[in-house]
Amino acid sequence: MGTYVPHTEVQKQAMLAAIGVDAVEELFAAVPREMLVDSLDLPEGLSELSVRQKVTAMAAKNRVYPTVLRGAGAYRHFIPAVVKSIVSREELVTAYTPYQAEISQGILQSIFEYQTMICALTGMEVSNASVYDGGTAAAEALAMCRDRKRNRAYVSACADPQVIETMRTYCFGSGMELELIPEKDGRTDLSAVSLGADAACVYIAQPNYYGNIEDARAIGEAAHAAGAKYIMGCNPIALAVMETPAACGADIAVGEAQPLGLDIAFGGPYLGYMAATKAMFRKLPGRIVGQTHDVDGNIGYVLTLTAREQHIRREKASSNICSNQALCAFTAGVYMTAMGADGLAQAAKLSMSKAHYFAGELEKIGLPRVHTGEYFHEFVTKCADPKKVLKALDDNGILGGLPVKDGILWCVTEVVTREELDRAVAIIKEVC
Amino acid sequence: MKLIFEKGAPGQHLSLMPPCDVPEVELSHPRRSPLDLPHVSETELTRHYTALAKRVHGVNDGFYPLGSCTMKYNPKINEDMAALPGFSQIHPLQPEETVQGCLEVLHEAGKLLGEITGMDAMTFQPAAGAHGEFTGLLLIKAYHVHRGDTARTKIIVPDSAHGTNPASAVMAGFTVVNIPSSPDGCVDVEALRGAVGPDTAGLMLTNPNTVGIFDKNILEITRIVHEAGGLCYYDGANLNAVMGVVRPGDMGFDVIHLNLHKTFSTPHGGGGPGSGAVGCKDFLRCFLPGPVVKKDEAGYHLVKPEHSIGRVKDFYGNFTVVVKALTYILTLGREGIPDAAKNAVLNANYMMKRLGEKYAMAYAGPCMHEFVMTLQDLKDETGCSAMDIAKGLLDHGIHPPTMYFPLIVHEALMVEPTETESQETMDEVCEVFLSLWDLAHTNPQALHDAPTKTPVRRLDEVGAARNPVLRYTKE
Amino acid sequence: MNFPAELKYTKDHEWLKAIDETTALVGITDFAQSELGDLVFINLPQEGDEVTADESFCDVESVKAVSDVMSPCTGVIAEVNTELEDEPQLLNEDPYGAWIAKVKDISAYGELMTADEYEALVQK
Repeated sequence: MGTYVPHTEVQKQAMLAAIGVDAVEELFAAVPREMLVDSLDLPEGLSELSVRQKVTAMAAKNRVYPTVLRGAGAYRHFIPAVVKSIVSREELVTAYTPYQAEISQGILQSIFEYQTMICALTGMEVSNASVYDGGTAAAEALAMCRDRKRNRAYVSACADPQVIETMRTYCFGSGMELELIPEKDGRTDLSAVSLGADAACVYIAQPNYYGNIEDARAIGEAAHAAGAKYIMGCNPIALAVMETPAACGADIAVGEAQPLGLDIAFGGPYLGYMAATKAMFRKLPGRIVGQTHDVDGNIGYVLTLTAREQHIRREKASSNICSNQALCAFTAGVYMTAMGADGLAQAAKLSMSKAHYFAGELEKIGLPRVHTGEYFHEFVTKCADPKKVLKALDDNGILGGLPVKDGILWCVTEVVTREELDRAVAIIKEVC
Repeated sequence: MKLIFEKGAPGQHLSLMPPCDVPEVELSHPRRSPLDLPHVSETELTRHYTALAKRVHGVNDGFYPLGSCTMKYNPKINEDMAALPGFSQIHPLQPEETVQGCLEVLHEAGKLLGEITGMDAMTFQPAAGAHGEFTGLLLIKAYHVHRGDTARTKIIVPDSAHGTNPASAVMAGFTVVNIPSSPDGCVDVEALRGAVGPDTAGLMLTNPNTVGIFDKNILEITRIVHEAGGLCYYDGANLNAVMGVVRPGDMGFDVIHLNLHKTFSTPHGGGGPGSGAVGCKDFLRCFLPGPVVKKDEAGYHLVKPEHSIGRVKDFYGNFTVVVKALTYILTLGREGIPDAAKNAVLNANYMMKRLGEKYAMAYAGPCMHEFVMTLQDLKDETGCSAMDIAKGLLDHGIHPPTMYFPLIVHEALMVEPTETESQETMDEVCEVFLSLWDLAHTNPQALHDAPTKTPVRRLDEVGAARNPVLRYTKE
Repeated sequence: MNFPAELKYTKDHEWLKAIDETTALVGITDFAQSELGDLVFINLPQEGDEVTADESFCDVESVKAVSDVMSPCTGVIAEVNTELEDEPQLLNEDPYGAWIAKVKDISAYGELMTADEYEALVQK
């Protein structure tokens, strides 16, 4: 068997003698005898080499596509080499939550820098240290808006279906009501609902699930006119070139920050970001890092405003979150630093421009867009036989778009070259 | 140390992106406000983050007996396996037949952890322990609601529980009934009997509990709850003490969460990502969040359970964390899993014995994988608190134990050495602990002043909370 | 420690200063603030909130703890001391000056003590 226990038999005996027992089993005397496990039905332990072979064989059963034209919540972007190199430092990887500030300044400062960057990106005033992912960030944001009189969340039907489902699950727990705002031409149709006196908030995704750009300012104004809070779920790369949630009047900005330097990794770990106006910052869930001084007057960083959290407030806490996605937040911070404002804007522009180029080429071969109006790096095209199209691409090492209700949801990021797009178009043309 | 925003100069950047090879497109309502991100060269960037990394105490920087957090060694092979392109470059919405390896990982890990815990089904969607609690409690809620038993609105939680327990219960829509612990730190069985009733939805319990003691009445406790019509939830925070020795499923628990980042050796990343896998007995399987992995002759499939509570997270959870945990379980195997637990208990008892020479223990031994000291007497005698001893440890390169938890012990320090520490290390650390106890008597001021060798000294937390500075702003 | 004679006190360490028969100011005592330590935030009630004697009507936070503040009387919040939002330290520095809320329409009182009785209680 493999083991990470360092003791020799001699050392074990010495320790048992020091404790004053003959065998380790005596230390388990409180466990009722009849409950003790005889033997687990587990495989024999393995050497490192054998484990490597076994797990590598599992990985080999997955298909890595050289070209990916699918997004829908997980985006393959370029990740600079420095990012992986830095975030694999074992101090950062192996540390626990920075409870002891004096020996955790590296993590605390990195989170403070991350919070600053999220505020810069969104235009909001306060960011927390991260939550699990975009879906849970959105669900936590709904809860932030709830009060005694306002218990209904209005959620755009154009948001990612997984995010909506996560919100619904959280609402099943809390008892908050969730009402969908219908879709029209791939956008949120706020005129189809009337926001009542119980409206706690309005949530939209920007760009939305179909890649379309929403009229975010107008929706925000309508939300506020009804006395509701306004939550925007934004793609962080798009924010480099798109109007900020702050400019659109959002009270809370949330989203999936996986595009900021994290692998698609079969869905996780990813990173939920959350930022709010100053008026709402005490309702933010989770850790927040603040700047302060030590007894000698040196600048330092601590976990602050902790009396909001579960370990102090217990059943009165507004969220139960404890562990978050700190290393992912660190990764996003390194990524944003490496890219800089210009690099991030360039990634956004490349993605958007290539998506538009691809959409234009698809239209030429009979796969026009389903929706009208502006979009970012995703779009839906009509397609008579999605199965056939996707199969043809698949045969050529290309992961095509995701089949959705009205056709196919495509995504193009900066890592896809024009040659790859042209090749995809040629393949599709063959079968359409 | 300067912030990244205070370094470099406008115009400094890395060379990362090619020029655009298609016609450029602009949005009609573009971003108007400037985007203030750092502007540094690659050298500057690397130096900055290397400097930050040096100001962090990781598991390999020294002893890390953070009670309740199980800071065992994080094997490097786990990291290698998680980084395989066959996992890291897989899109979560690829066709099922192209992700059979990923589904096999989830299925195998579920099967093995089910065997270790005595559970019939497992989901890896929850991202952390608290998220697992929330998920497990929703299963309990869905079970009662599905039966039309809507009067069951209360969750019983001992006063020694982690704060996440009551907070999770409230998020799941329950009200919390706190019950006191008995003098030995275990569940007060009579208090429990008095608390259960037709409104009881369930009980949340950690066993061994948060004071490091295995509750010998566990079968009676779970029976009382079941007889009242409630379900029993196992908080797996302390599973490292008993994995492979005794199973929550055999103790009478119906639903559990595990902290893969504690018990199963995956690293904690300075606060996350973790994985809060949730296991349940067969009768709760139909309520699990979807999708779950199912195996048949044709291979692995993703299916949504019949009465699923719905997703608690996007996709399938913190997947690569599960790869790491599976690698660990395969490495240790049938003998290694219980062996790890037994050695964790051995180490804790060894340290408890040695520190007991001077420090007062909150509860008599033997302990399980961790023990709680109470420094109230030391504080009364010398003025040195648990916090002072903790800060003294920092100057010796030792991460302090968990402080001031559980809340039912005054001036608590909770020590969890884990099985991966050697006798040599523990001996050295015990000497430091004992010398600090002496120092508290001879020179308490030295401890009040500690730490002095760390990058910063004690920080003004009151100032930080009264006047929150939560991001950098240019002068 | 200071126990002004003109105030009434509760066993939970709040004070009440009667303005007229149905109106009063309420706050926390000097003893309470010294036990709680440096206060960093107060979750103030809202104007118009109905409060009940011996039930929590707001809470105060220190760095490591949160504590409920119990109402000494049953009535309606007429006014809150918004100064405490930005300067919670006033609760530490001047506990009897830093009133938390003015309560009107008081219909009942909890068990209240005189200064002497309260002093005897905290000195136990």
